[in-house]
Amino acid sequence: MIVTDLPELPCRELVELVTDYLEDRLSPIDRARFEAHLTECEACRTYLEQFRETIRVLGRLPEESLSPEAREALLTAFRGWSRL
Amino acid sequence: MLRLALSHVESRAVAEEVVQDAWLTVLRSLDRFERRSSLRTWVLGIVVNCARSRARTERRIVTTSSESGPVVDPVRFLPANHPRWPHHWAAEPTEWRTPEAELLVRETRSVILDAIDALPSTQREVVLLRDVEGLQSTEVCNILRITDTHQRVLLHRARSRVRNALERYFAATEAT
Ligand SMILES: [Zn+2]
Repeated sequence: MIVTDLPELPCRELVELVTDYLEDRLSPIDRARFEAHLTECEACRTYLEQFRETIRVLGRLPEESLSPEAREALLTAFRGWSRL
Repeated sequence: MLRLALSHVESRAVAEEVVQDAWLTVLRSLDRFERRSSLRTWVLGIVVNCARSRARTERRIVTTSSESGPVVDPVRFLPANHPRWPHHWAAEPTEWRTPEAELLVRETRSVILDAIDALPSTQREVVLLRDVEGLQSTEVCNILRITDTHQRVLLHRARSRVRNALERYFAATEAT
């Protein structure tokens, strides 16, 4: 397959395919178009990096914790349950 | 878990009740747990169900809209009839000069949380389960009973919106 023969994937279409690319769900042809575009387009490389950064930050949000009262109520329920 | 519950109901107090309900349901039905899924996936599935049914009784509108349309504002791109660069960036994304550690400071975090809050609920469920809770796509599809393709569409829209929110925020802070 000669990559340069593939129809170009413009930036506007690339941004719609980023998750499919990251999840490895693009067809081999679209994947080749995606990667060929990236090698030539710095703006899309920046976009992809920001997308990845967004995902990383989402994965590092701290857990919301229950209020002390709710936690106490739950623990009471657990204790009651374990006595059954 | 609380965040998942919060994504369906109006107040924190109600969300806490949902989490408690969910845990009690877990305890009551523990003997029905089958090892087809991990315990964590099973528990999160119960949280989603409790939160959804609570949202229904509170008649909170479940928003499923905006699953079509571009994820980046079309004005950011050149027109299709541009002689040299059709549909290429007109307003390119500029690099975030923010070190990653700074992405986790309080202000940025609240930008992200607000963006998640503003999502239609189905997108919110998917991004919370996938990216925040870190579940696999098959687990998320099982919990939400959606196809893998639909899951990816929702995830992509959610992630794109969070990225857009961060971009707007950085543009505003760097301008000042
Ligand atoms: Zn590009």
